[in-house]
Amino acid sequence: MKTLVLYAHPAQQHSRVNRTLAETAQQVAGVEVVDLYAEYPRFTIDIDREQQRLRDHDAIVFQFPLMWYSTPPILKEWQDLVLEHGFAYGHGGTALSGKLWLCALTAGAPLTAYGPEGRHRMPLRSLLAPLETTANLCRMPFLPPYVLYGALDATETRCMPHAEGYRHLLEALRDDRLDLAAARTLDHLTVETLPTVIKRG
Amino acid sequence: MSGLLFQAFVYLCAAVIAVPIAKRFGLGSVLGYLIAGIVLGPLIGLVGAETQSIQQFAEFGVVMMLFLVGLELEPRQLWAMRQRLLGVGGAQVAGTAAVVMAAAMLAGIGWTVALALGLVASASSTAIVLQTLGEKGLLKSDGGRASFAVLLFQDISVIPMLALLPLLALPALRGQAGGDAAHAAPSLVAGLPGWETGAITILAVAAVVVGGHYLTRPLFRFIASAELREVFTAAALLLVVGIALLMTLVGLSPALGTFLAGVVLANSEYRHELESDVEPFKGLLLGLFFITVGAGMNFGLLLAHLPLILGLTLALIVAKALVLAIVGRLFRLRGPDLWLFALGLAQAGEFAFVLLSFTVQNAVIPAAMAPMLLLVVALSMLLTPLLFILFDRVVLPRLTRGRTRPADTIDAPAPVIIAGIGRFGQIINRMLRSNGYETVVLDLSAEMVDSMATFGIKAFFGDATRPDLLDAAGLRTARMLVLAIDDPERVLAIARHVRQMRPDLHIVARAHDRHHVYELFQAGCNDIIREVFDSSVRAGRSALEALGHHPYEAEKIAQTFVKGDRQTLRKLAGVWNPAIPSSSNPAYIAAAREARREEEAMMAGARSATRDGVNRAWMPPGARDSAED
Ligand SMILES: Cc1cc2nc3c(=O)[nH]c(=O)nc-3n(C[C@H](O)[C@H](O)[C@H](O)COP(=O)(O)O)c2cc1C
Repeated sequence: MKTLVLYAHPAQQHSRVNRTLAETAQQVAGVEVVDLYAEYPRFTIDIDREQQRLRDHDAIVFQFPLMWYSTPPILKEWQDLVLEHGFAYGHGGTALSGKLWLCALTAGAPLTAYGPEGRHRMPLRSLLAPLETTANLCRMPFLPPYVLYGALDATETRCMPHAEGYRHLLEALRDDRLDLAAARTLDHLTVETLPTVIKRG
Repeated sequence: MSGLLFQAFVYLCAAVIAVPIAKRFGLGSVLGYLIAGIVLGPLIGLVGAETQSIQQFAEFGVVMMLFLVGLELEPRQLWAMRQRLLGVGGAQVAGTAAVVMAAAMLAGIGWTVALALGLVASASSTAIVLQTLGEKGLLKSDGGRASFAVLLFQDISVIPMLALLPLLALPALRGQAGGDAAHAAPSLVAGLPGWETGAITILAVAAVVVGGHYLTRPLFRFIASAELREVFTAAALLLVVGIALLMTLVGLSPALGTFLAGVVLANSEYRHELESDVEPFKGLLLGLFFITVGAGMNFGLLLAHLPLILGLTLALIVAKALVLAIVGRLFRLRGPDLWLFALGLAQAGEFAFVLLSFTVQNAVIPAAMAPMLLLVVALSMLLTPLLFILFDRVVLPRLTRGRTRPADTIDAPAPVIIAGIGRFGQIINRMLRSNGYETVVLDLSAEMVDSMATFGIKAFFGDATRPDLLDAAGLRTARMLVLAIDDPERVLAIARHVRQMRPDLHIVARAHDRHHVYELFQAGCNDIIREVFDSSVRAGRSALEALGHHPYEAEKIAQTFVKGDRQTLRKLAGVWNPAIPSSSNPAYIAAAREARREEEAMMAGARSATRDGVNRAWMPPGARDSAED
């Protein structure tokens, strides 16, 4: 599957995790990585070009740090502009139908904070409901998000394996080795649960 | 030694006193120098016979001026103006020569002498006209450019004239002429057959062009490497003097030769260096030249034949102005430009002095005629500043009052008036029109208006500082006025005037710099946009990106910079006082220093990220803590 990574991080000079992840993705042959903030520092998103990019790929990965329980602003702008009526949804809007939607995100808080007793009280997957609903409307299968919790104080020892897992995940997407049925049973993906959804090549 | 010092003291004194006074009264520096000369010479007799030799020396200022003019003019531009040069210039020289010749023949003078007189009268004063136009900032106007073309053509035409004039020698005087040959400058070509003269002349010109193009660069690099400023200045002078000498040796006009060298060097990286080195010498020598013109006036002769000489001078000026007006008309000059062209060039020039002494030497004109002719020439030059004053005080206001009004009549008033359709105004006009707003566009340059028309943009020729033109453009009903003119004074004048008439009108103004911003703010403009500020910020942003900053970070830095600059501007505007120059306004200086400190702290915040800096946003909690450690 042709795989596209749409990467959004507004302050890459401070990024520890996402920068590593984006660099890792760039090294995966056959995967196109787009740094949205670099390409559109003034939010002048080129709708035609972005739609063509979507047409040219079969799996779309949104890679971003969680910010206020949501995506960085440019991803919202991107959605608002690119997922046009008649292109992504609505009458004649079938361009994205069947393409995979995967979020690869990092959250500052640990997993426990997103549990029922945690300080955020809301599971991460529920917070991504707007994205999941969007994917549904566009008839795009929504994969469980690949998450690094506790990204704020992620040390090398936690960051590197997560990046390595990201590489395997992207390769699996590219080579069509992702077990979609198995994935659908999971709430979210982590380095630990990855092996259960990737078929051996 | 003391004699020389005394002379220098007298001349410098005269210049230092007379010129500022003349300028204060709006007379221009040329008239100041001329008056200084008259005071020194005929009036108090401090200087006398030596003015003749000093004048020859001072004429070198003209040579330097043409070198500087050449430096400003790239070969491409020169080529582009070839039509104007040959057409306007040729018509002017031929026309003036013909008219003066005819008048002289009517007065009973033989045709050879009459023709010589015509040629002598055809040149105008490059020194006076260029200096004055430059001071008034009119060189770039249509009239200024036409004037420049004519002056340039006159300088070129002196060469064939010098070749032609000896052929007109009067048989009766020919015998005398031989003796004068000894006075002539040493020449490489004297006594050579025609074709050899031609070959040597061409060689000399080629030497200037080729040498200027290939030799000067390594030479100047070598000299500049010595890092002694005065040596570079000496080299610049050497270049000009050397070329002038070479041209004199082969019998060409030194002014023309140095002009050519200037054009060749216009593309060189040493251009500005050369300019600033030669400029003061040019100014002083020209000043000296004008002083000698004033000092050399023979008052005795003048008083003896006052009516005749005055009459001749006025006739000359009127005849030249008429020819110029006809030529200008033919070449489509209009309104103020035509008047400027006709009045500005109506005097005889410094080349007339040269040609007169040359013709007398060669026995073309009887020597007895010369002193009177010299007086007429000098007097016509003396009157030129008055002609410019006539233009400024009488002609311009009249045109402005709309009697012989050359401005287009505006048939389509629109809600948005745009004054100035240069690079700045064009963008605004395009953006507004493409979004459905009707605009009416005014511009001072006829060429600009015509070229806009070829792109289908309707612009009207006219001066937006004229109240009646703004009225015709629909000022009373307009919603908005955009001041996109590149002349800060004009923008301010219009803003003030319009604000009085229409307190409610939205004014978008193009500002030149900070001080202009303050003035426009006081004048009541609504949006004040510094003309190169945004593009500079963008260039800075590009530079940061190229240095490896992430484009979005560069964008944030640029935004922070703009915000900081705006705050500073607002603060400084509060203490700015139009009555005191900022450099001697303590409150302004203190605020500027303070603002600079704050700005630096703010920009430094981009790195430490602890305070108001670039990265106040997007700092995850952990990073902020560590940054504050
Ligand atoms: C403006 C902002 C909002 C954030 N909001 C959240 C949040 O809602 N939940 C969370 O778990 N982490 C939040 N974080 C922490 C980031 O998710 C965390 O810094 C990031 O995932 C670390 O990845 P990086 O090293 O690539 O920057 C926020 C960070 C910032 C700067």
